[in-house]
Amino acid sequence: MSSIIKRKALRRVAVVAASALAVGLSLTACASGSTSTSGGSAGSAADLDAALKTGGTITYWSWTPSGEAQVAAFEKAYPNVTVNLVNAGTNKDEYTKLQNAITAGSGAPDVAQVEYYAIPQFALSDSLVDLTGYGFGDLQSQYSAGPWSSVAFGGKIYGLPQDSGPMAMFYNKKVFDQYGLTVPTTYDEYIAAAEKLHAADPTKYITSDTGDAGFATSMIWQAGGNPFTASGTDVSVNLQDTGSKKWADSWNKLVENKLLSTTPGWSDEWYKGLGDGSIATLLTGAWMPGVLESSVAAASGDWRVAPMPTYDGTPVTAENGGGGQVVLKQSKNPALAAAFLRWLNSDPESIKVFLASGGFPSTTAELSSPDFLAQAPDYFGGQKINEVLVDASKNVPTGWQYLPYQVYANSIFGDTVGQAYENNSDLNVGLQTWQKQLVDYGNQQGFTVK
Amino acid sequence: MASIAVTTARPKRRAKRDWRGWGFVGPFMIVFLGVLVAPVVYAIVLTLFRQQLVGGSGFVGLSNYVTLFQDSKFWESLFRVTLFLLVQVPIMLVLSLVAALALDSLRLHGSGFFRIAIFLPYAVPGVVAALIWGFIYGNQFGLTGSLNKFIGFDLFQPFSSEWILASIGNIVTWEFMGYNMLIFYAALKVVPTELYEAAEIDGAGQFRIISGIKIPALRGSIVIATIFSIIGSFQLFNEPNLLKNLAPNVISSYFTPNMYAYNLSFAGQQFNYSATVAIVMGIITAVIAYIVQLRGSRQEVR
Repeated sequence: MSSIIKRKALRRVAVVAASALAVGLSLTACASGSTSTSGGSAGSAADLDAALKTGGTITYWSWTPSGEAQVAAFEKAYPNVTVNLVNAGTNKDEYTKLQNAITAGSGAPDVAQVEYYAIPQFALSDSLVDLTGYGFGDLQSQYSAGPWSSVAFGGKIYGLPQDSGPMAMFYNKKVFDQYGLTVPTTYDEYIAAAEKLHAADPTKYITSDTGDAGFATSMIWQAGGNPFTASGTDVSVNLQDTGSKKWADSWNKLVENKLLSTTPGWSDEWYKGLGDGSIATLLTGAWMPGVLESSVAAASGDWRVAPMPTYDGTPVTAENGGGGQVVLKQSKNPALAAAFLRWLNSDPESIKVFLASGGFPSTTAELSSPDFLAQAPDYFGGQKINEVLVDASKNVPTGWQYLPYQVYANSIFGDTVGQAYENNSDLNVGLQTWQKQLVDYGNQQGFTVK
Repeated sequence: MASIAVTTARPKRRAKRDWRGWGFVGPFMIVFLGVLVAPVVYAIVLTLFRQQLVGGSGFVGLSNYVTLFQDSKFWESLFRVTLFLLVQVPIMLVLSLVAALALDSLRLHGSGFFRIAIFLPYAVPGVVAALIWGFIYGNQFGLTGSLNKFIGFDLFQPFSSEWILASIGNIVTWEFMGYNMLIFYAALKVVPTELYEAAEIDGAGQFRIISGIKIPALRGSIVIATIFSIIGSFQLFNEPNLLKNLAPNVISSYFTPNMYAYNLSFAGQQFNYSATVAIVMGIITAVIAYIVQLRGSRQEVR
């Protein structure tokens, strides 16, 4: 990192030619870069307690609904510490800003929320503090295995998990009852239900999917695929492995026969579709109940949760979305930042606030707590939804990896696989195009891609 | 002796005067170099390097330009905005012209109201305009959906690949028609009314007055408006970038050159290649705008 700063600074010198000033700047840039690096690797759990006692000010970027209340609770517990909470945009908007700040060498926050799929990208560019030295390894047992492996890989701990998103099938029971559909347990049944529903009422669809990279990769994950592997700078992309093909071949039946609603996810029309029954199911992460309750109030009492359909009847699911928080190397006070992070994602006080906001936890204590399992929200007709969702969290295949440039990969999903959706044609062709562009990009960026 | 004194005194005074002049020009030059020249130079320098996620940055000469000229995505986006330019700009300018002539004809009631009403969309920020039209274009709950339901079949599909350019063109026309109209209207206001009186005495009708007096008087403004519109078309970004959320597969990440540059830089961290797109687009835009200006002013002289 410091070498990149140096090179950039040197180039700036050459361009602006304001030599004295610029040399001074580049020297300070290098100096601050190296001190924070050494500050990141050394340290211990005791340092965190000391930092909390000394106090100071840190900046935290997050778009979680619970952020504000959590920061308030933290500042109450540790009056010496001030946390500036900044909403720097939702997911990829925030990553853009974060990446810009990292490239510029200044302006990044101390702690930032980053989804699991994007963590490898920031870890690779050496922008995150390895938290092993602060004793974060001792916290491993508190989290379920899937989310933990998303923040700790390659022998380093890059963050702490906050929420998780084991996938389940959310379905509109009112629509199912009205059209005599049974809850599908396999994809063959799911596709049959899609045909029956759409034939009975052409304005109704089993689900909406216009091509979403996060959804597609999770579906491939569920199908047992492992299209991306990365070890250091050696990367391999195979979007035609058995799992990828299995998903594409079955999802093709919905895409090619126009059985999917073309309403883009998270749009205004999508929320309306979820409310009026024209979108009958959602295959998505366990964080969805909070979204449904707050944004689709009209359908209160209609929705239920069931396990994901499978290919052969063996229960299996995948993680979709979810993320944690990381400490940036630019932080002037990494010990305090790490202390805040430790409190944020492991202190019961903080997790209570997080759960109250409708989040789905990644901590095993909460996932197995009887109170949590017994919750029966009226929105879901009194169904104990957490029993289904927690059960799902135990059926996530291990070994899944994202690309170290997954944010970019997702940004070109619409250009490639999206075209198959648009033309109601074979998804495999789209996946092959996506693969080719990902391989080209990886090689251009200095990876060794197979 | 005296002549020597004069010759030595003169250059001294001249040098002093030069220095004082710089004192006045200096603040401007510093700002000019700092905010106009330096960024362009910096961008050009960027295009000569390539920074990678792995392996840092290195000097690559003109390799980024070579890649760009072989990049089908770039040419596709350039072709798309050119097509947009050739269709949308004439339609918009003719509409603006008609509106300006109508307002200037003094035969309308409430021309002040119409002038404001037509200009009002320009006061709406482009981002908001795209959002408003995004709702209108919604084919289930938007106005388009209602129209389709009324007709009985899906006649309007603003987000399909065949319609999307027209949909964006409609938004841009709505936004900028009033602005161009105002340019034309201001130019028409400057025409001395004696000319109209003289023409009427000579027996010219309203259409003869338009073709003989008003249009020639507007020629300079039309050239300016055309140049602004060309630049605007090549810089097309806000509208497609916002509508991308509603039509993610139809609007690609390289729909327009500006979107391509943006996504290269902010999604792909290819800052250097992105700068190359920006520089090449800047040059293409400048050349085309210059040609239009040259042709326009030549006709004016004639």
